[in-house]
Amino acid sequence: MAKKDRMSGNEAVAYAIRQINPDVMPAFPITPSTEIPQMVSTYIANGEIDTEFIPVESEHSSMSAAIGAEAAGARSLTATSSCGLALMWEELLVAASNRMPVALALVNRTLSGPININCDHTDGMGARDTGWIQIYAENNQEAYDNFIQAYPIAEHKDVHLPIMICQDGFITSHAVENITLLEDEQVREFVGTYEPEEYLLNPGKPMALGPYSISAYAMEARKNQEIAMENAKGVILEVADKFRALSGRGFGLFEEYRTEDADFIMLIMGSAAGTAKQAVDDLRKKGKKVGVLKLRVFRPFPATEIAKALSGCKAVAIMDRCESYNGNGGPLGSEVMAGLYREKIVIEAVNYIYGLAGRDFTVDHVYEIFEELEKAVGEGKTVEQFRYIGLRE
Amino acid sequence: MSNGLEIRWHGRGGQGAKTAALLLADVAFQTGAFVQGFPEYGPERMGAPITAYNRISYKPIRVHSNIYTPDMVMVVDETLLESVDVTAGLKKDGAIIINSERSKEEILPYLKGYQGSVYVIDARAISQQTLGKNFPNSPMLAAAVAVSGVMEREAFLKEMRASYAHKFAKKPEVIEGNMKALEMTWDALSEELKDAEKLIA
Repeated sequence: MAKKDRMSGNEAVAYAIRQINPDVMPAFPITPSTEIPQMVSTYIANGEIDTEFIPVESEHSSMSAAIGAEAAGARSLTATSSCGLALMWEELLVAASNRMPVALALVNRTLSGPININCDHTDGMGARDTGWIQIYAENNQEAYDNFIQAYPIAEHKDVHLPIMICQDGFITSHAVENITLLEDEQVREFVGTYEPEEYLLNPGKPMALGPYSISAYAMEARKNQEIAMENAKGVILEVADKFRALSGRGFGLFEEYRTEDADFIMLIMGSAAGTAKQAVDDLRKKGKKVGVLKLRVFRPFPATEIAKALSGCKAVAIMDRCESYNGNGGPLGSEVMAGLYREKIVIEAVNYIYGLAGRDFTVDHVYEIFEELEKAVGEGKTVEQFRYIGLRE
Repeated sequence: MSNGLEIRWHGRGGQGAKTAALLLADVAFQTGAFVQGFPEYGPERMGAPITAYNRISYKPIRVHSNIYTPDMVMVVDETLLESVDVTAGLKKDGAIIINSERSKEEILPYLKGYQGSVYVIDARAISQQTLGKNFPNSPMLAAAVAVSGVMEREAFLKEMRASYAHKFAKKPEVIEGNMKALEMTWDALSEELKDAEKLIA
């Protein structure tokens, strides 16, 4: 039986971890993700789970320990934010290239400077090319649901890649909201027991892990890793189908909200998607044909699927909660536009930077953006294709 | 009210405005409502002004922004009246509740001619009397529930007794004091609220 409750996003992820009861959790605290290891260690202290908790001295060590545990054949995870993820950078690539299905609860926070503890996607986007699967959540329910789907995706034999389950720092991590929880047994059955095909502590099948690879072979290893990431797309959808059968809550690579007949679409990721949906409902009442494409899976990047979903609209606003400092646009903007070009879909596309370092993003911003898109198309004038929204005057 | 009832809390770091907002979310959740309770963090230090928010609605809540046009404002620390524009955006048919030992007449000049309902609660005195310490949380929570109409008195007290029993499992001696603080606050407001309309629709 599903249980209705209310909890913060951090509580929801800690609750999912309790239900999964993974083998090893090394962690180093950092705002706003600190509560996750804190709550998990309480569950352990209370004897509710038998996860081995390793307090480490840095995030470089927490990821190293998670990799070590996976190499030994254990199911491992950690949680972090911001500079914590940055300090893991080297190990993130090691985890992915050694095909370790580590799970990481990323509570998105900006990086310095100016030093700031609030939400944007700078941390996750900085790790976008490290070979990790990345899934983003709109609210606490999705953070919980995504975490339960994490291991079945990551540990799938066609994938074997590490996975980041992301949620917006403070906006969802510290906000209490309604949530529907699964029973412990349902979660344990869904996630199953981890039975790696090969692992270091298996004397029956000795192996080497992470050895030097000469140039004659290393490139093939990279290609295999790339194939695994492509495979992940199908596996994410398969796992989502099974999860829907269990919970009644469906997921795709992205969600299309009132886009069917929309002339103008906002493509957005994370908690701001909810705000955009509310604004779309308000504008629909006024007869505006607008919709939201909420991206859930950022890695693997569903470029073709997104391009096709946008093919019927006149203009899209691509929303980046991250600056790339390349003078050209944000990560989502660049990748979505590349996808449109490859599919030969020519629509007006404007890349907005919003919500950096916790700058609030409101329904009024969404109204303003749709108004700009409408003007750009209606008056047929060239619009600035890369711009900020919500800057102080 | 597309977003249901929206509430903004003003306090200082360490006083418990965030906790009060989360407790209010808990109470409203028990009535079957959709809820949000969240803090807005500035510099994390004791004594700095902080803001916390609640949304309470009978429809799912999707907006994840701060609240700019609240239906109700809670001022946990009256010294903020001089530095923070506490009535900013507050709806004309809404309400503001201030923790102060001063009279309503003395407080009004700080409210920039606000036209809606104004309630003053001496949460410090109630807390000192019932708990022997200044914990304005419980009185402010009771005031928020009474003025908003989120829950009726008896149901609220029953719910809070269960909540405190859980929260203070290791120090049950504070449960009665907190319960007394809730009752005293509610009863102090009951005369003023007799003919008032509920804020929650």
